[in-house]
Amino acid sequence: MPTLNRRHFLGGSVAAAATLTSGLPKVEAAQPDLVAGLPDGVRASAVLDALPGKKPLIKLSYRPPNYETPLAYFREAITPNDAFFVRYHLAVIPDIDVKTWKIAVGGDGANGQAELTLQDLQAMPATEVVAVNQCSGNRRGLFRPHVPGVEWGYGAMGCARWKGVRLKDVLDKVGLKKDAVEVVLDGADGPVVDKTPDFIKSIPVWKAIEDTTLIAYEMNGQALPHFNGYPARLVVPGWTGTYWMKHLTSIRAQLKPEASFWMSAAYRIPLGKFPLVARFTSQDTATNTPITEMMVNSLITSHGDGAEVKADSLLGGIAWDGGYGIRTVEISSDGGKTWVAATLGSDLGRYAFRTWSFPLQVKGKQTIMARAANVIGETQTAELIPNPAGYHHNVMHSLSLTVV
Amino acid sequence: MRTLALLGLAALIATAAAAEEKPIALKPAPGLDKVEANCASCHSLDYIQMNSPFPSAAVWDAEVTKMIKVFGAPIEDGDAAAIKNYLKQNYGN
Repeated sequence: MPTLNRRHFLGGSVAAAATLTSGLPKVEAAQPDLVAGLPDGVRASAVLDALPGKKPLIKLSYRPPNYETPLAYFREAITPNDAFFVRYHLAVIPDIDVKTWKIAVGGDGANGQAELTLQDLQAMPATEVVAVNQCSGNRRGLFRPHVPGVEWGYGAMGCARWKGVRLKDVLDKVGLKKDAVEVVLDGADGPVVDKTPDFIKSIPVWKAIEDTTLIAYEMNGQALPHFNGYPARLVVPGWTGTYWMKHLTSIRAQLKPEASFWMSAAYRIPLGKFPLVARFTSQDTATNTPITEMMVNSLITSHGDGAEVKADSLLGGIAWDGGYGIRTVEISSDGGKTWVAATLGSDLGRYAFRTWSFPLQVKGKQTIMARAANVIGETQTAELIPNPAGYHHNVMHSLSLTVV
Repeated sequence: MRTLALLGLAALIATAAAAEEKPIALKPAPGLDKVEANCASCHSLDYIQMNSPFPSAAVWDAEVTKMIKVFGAPIEDGDAAAIKNYLKQNYGN
């Protein structure tokens, strides 16, 4: 995969400057299919746009780039690299030269220090996991009342086969102290203004040393796309995308909880509102806690809302959760009164999208709904669970179909 | 401020490396110049369109204050007031 010679924020500044001075001709951009329920402003501004190396995705913001994957790509369990969603908090996204790129490993919770190049990583024992990366705020745009932020529809997620080294094996190179509490991660991307808090995240040691927590340098058998974290990113199966640090440059074990903005103030959910098994207690306050594992969820992807469908054709989609595994997907053809089990597709592992299918046999116009349950008995909600930042939307997906 | 000035200069030099960011045309109204001069330094202005028209006046005030206090945007008081007013008048509920 070629390295891209671009610094996106510079291009952005040029474009912004051009608007101010020259009144460029209006560019007609392709309009994406947008789902119902998004803010009107998304309808006015979202376009299909291709980042370098990517297929056209639904552009929500150019800079930093926030692009979601159109629904049609979720008919399969694996999301193609060039259609995988893109999410950045800060607009300085440097090119990475793998000849000079390295990860610094250390911190006061480690016994030593190390530096690892991409070659060093590739020389270590490799492991693979198929896992869903979903933005904490996926579906934020569907919250009612709306909450500010990136107004995602359904597509701020994807599932890939990730290959890399265990974070645990890298931590073993420096030796974790027994009283280390968190592992802190930083990437090469950063803010435009020095005073903007750099995007730095931490995970608890117990999650850092799980066998499936990886530093991944391959995605679906290829190098990571630039906009998905080239040359290596963290993969934290089961947990929302905020912890999956892209362009990873620093790993620090710490004796104290990370206190900077993106841990202490952002990506928090109220305590007591969501079912939580995976806990991040070193970051708890009296009222909130960091978002961790994904809620059980599903999506109907075979048809669009309002479609006319022949009887006996297959309804299909995907289901996923925080890594316990999907037990059932059920379909209702009567707006939620009665439910029938769908057939689950092949099992790519408990962190992966699970495909499902269901023959449409009842004729007529109907409201189709899907709901998934996982192996620990968690289910989707019928009503939105409000929370200030618009996280964890797992309201059952429904659409209107006419079966003829 | 210094960072921003340097960036502006770099942007003028780096035209050849321009990415495909399309111009965002916000509603022409008093204060738009302050929005373009301040907000667009760190993010494209589609952030404003996408977050509309639902925010109340209090929400827009809080967003601009957050950009200054939390994200360190170097916006002078007079400009901040003009930006808040523009957002409330043109992209609020």
